[in-house]
Amino acid sequence: MSKSRAEGAVQSKARFSDRYNAWLRHHRLSAADSLHRVLDNLVSSLMTWLVIGIALALPVGLDVALDNATELSSGWDSPSQISLFLKDEVDTAAAMVLVKDIEARDDVQQVHFVSREDALAEFSALSGFADVLASLEDNPLPNLLLVTPDSALAGAAAGGLRAKLAQRKEVAEAVLDMEWLQRLNSLMELSRRLVIAIGVLLVLGVVLILGNTIRLAIENRREEIVIVKLVGGSNPFVRRPFLYTGLWYGVGGGFFAALLVSLSLWFLEAPVSELAALYQSEFVLAGLGLMGALNLLILGGLLGLAGAWLAVTRHLAAIVPR
Amino acid sequence: MISFERVSKRYQEGHDALRDVSFEIAKDDLVFLTGHSGAGKSTLMRLIMLMDRATRGKVVVDGVDLASVPGRNIPAHRRDIGVVFQNHQLLFDRSVFENVALPLIIAGYDYREVGRRVRAALDKVGLLSRERALPVTLSGGEQQRVGIARAVVGKPKILLADEPTGNLDPALSAEIMTLFEEFNQVGVTVLIASHDLILISQLRHRIITLSEGRLVTGGEL
Repeated sequence: MSKSRAEGAVQSKARFSDRYNAWLRHHRLSAADSLHRVLDNLVSSLMTWLVIGIALALPVGLDVALDNATELSSGWDSPSQISLFLKDEVDTAAAMVLVKDIEARDDVQQVHFVSREDALAEFSALSGFADVLASLEDNPLPNLLLVTPDSALAGAAAGGLRAKLAQRKEVAEAVLDMEWLQRLNSLMELSRRLVIAIGVLLVLGVVLILGNTIRLAIENRREEIVIVKLVGGSNPFVRRPFLYTGLWYGVGGGFFAALLVSLSLWFLEAPVSELAALYQSEFVLAGLGLMGALNLLILGGLLGLAGAWLAVTRHLAAIVPR
Repeated sequence: MISFERVSKRYQEGHDALRDVSFEIAKDDLVFLTGHSGAGKSTLMRLIMLMDRATRGKVVVDGVDLASVPGRNIPAHRRDIGVVFQNHQLLFDRSVFENVALPLIIAGYDYREVGRRVRAALDKVGLLSRERALPVTLSGGEQQRVGIARAVVGKPKILLADEPTGNLDPALSAEIMTLFEEFNQVGVTVLIASHDLILISQLRHRIITLSEGRLVTGGEL
C-alpha cells in the first residue's frame, strides 16, 4: 500500500505540465463541442442571437445617434449671435450710425443690419404668408442688428455683452441666440442619461435571457451531467461547456447587434445626407466603426459568460447523482 | 483495500439502510455482496464512491478515511474507482467510443493515449468492432459491456459493480462474471453486488450477505 502511494505522489508531481495540457485540451474540446451544439440547433440559436442582438442594438444604436447629434452640434458651440431688435422710432440712418458704433467695440467681430423692409421681404418669401403680409397697412417688423461677438468670447462674456447692448436707448430687445443651444445641450445630456438607463436595463435583460437559456441547456443535459459526475467529473469540468455555450450565444448576439446597427445606419444614410445637403452641410453619418463592432462582440461575449455563470452556479451544483 | 468499521447509514426519512456493518476486503480480492433488495447493497456501494456519507462508523478506501475527503475532492476519489451501474448510465447521444473515453477525457489524457486505452478496453469486452455505434443500437448485454469497458478504461484499483447482470440471461451473466474475474486476476479489487445467488454460488468467491442493513455472513476475511 505504502509503495503505491509513493508512486502516486511521484506521478502527480511529474504530471503538472500534463495537467496543464489536459486543462487546455478540455477548454478546446468544450469550446468546439458547445459551438457544435449551438450550430446544430441553428433556428433556436438564431432566435437567441436575435433577441440579444436587438436588446444590445437598441442602446448602442441610440448612442451612435447621439454621437452623431453631438458631432453635428459641436460646430455651434461658440456664442453665435446677438439679435438687437431696434425700437420703432429708430430709422435706417440712425440704425447705420449704431452699426458703426457697435462694430468699433473690441469684443464684436461683425454687425449685420437687416432693415425692416428686407426682413419683411424675406419673411413673406419664406413663410408663404405673402398675401396676408401684403394686406397689412404697416410693416410689423422692427429693424434688426445681428451682432456676431468676437469668437474668443465665452458664453458668460457673451451674456455680458448682450446686457450692455440691451441698455442702449435705441434697442428695444437684445436676445442672445444661445438659449436654444443650451436647451439643446441639456436635452442631449438628458437623452444620454436615458440611453444609459435603457442600456443598463437591457444589458441586465440580456444577462437574464442568457441565464435562462443556459438553465434550459443544463436541464436538457441533466442525465449527462449526472453520469459525468458519477465517473469523476469535477464541477469546473461540468461547468466549462455551459460557459462556452453562453460565450457563443453572447458573441453571436453581439454580432447581430452590430449588424442591426449598421443596417439601420445604412437605411438612414440617404435621407440624412439629403437633409445635410439642404442645410449646405458636409455632415456625414458616422457608423459603428470596426472597433465599435469589435467592442460589441466582446461586450456580448462577456454578457454571455455572465449569464452562463449565473445559471451554472445556481443550477449545476444542485444536480448530484442519486 | 476497502474496510468498513461499524458503519451505519440512516437516511433523513429515518430509514436505517446500514446498521453497524464491519468487514474488510483485501487488495486483489473479488467479493460478492448479496441480499434482498433493500438490504443495503446499493447504500454500501454509494458510501464507497462517496455518493453518500456514513452516519456513524468509518469507511476506509485505499488507505484513506473517507470522512476526511472534502467535497471538492470527491471527483478525484471517484476517478480512482471504476463503477458498473445496473442501468448502465451511458450517454445515449454519444458513440460507444466516446462513452468509454469519458473517464479518460475527464482525467485529461491526450488523444493518442485515449484512443489506445479505449480500444484496449473495448477489445477486452469484445466490442472493438462497435466503437462507432450509438448505445441504443446495442443489446442489453452489449450496453453492459460498454459500461464495464468505461469502468476499467482508467485502470482503477477498485471496481464496483451494482447488479451488473440484473437484466441479462444466465449465459450472458456468466460471461460478464468471467470478465470481472479476469480483471481481478490482473490485480483489481472487485466488489459485485448481486442477488443472483445461483450464479454467484457457482463462482467460488467470498460472499458478503446483508439483511435489513445488517451484515449476516462473510464479514471475516
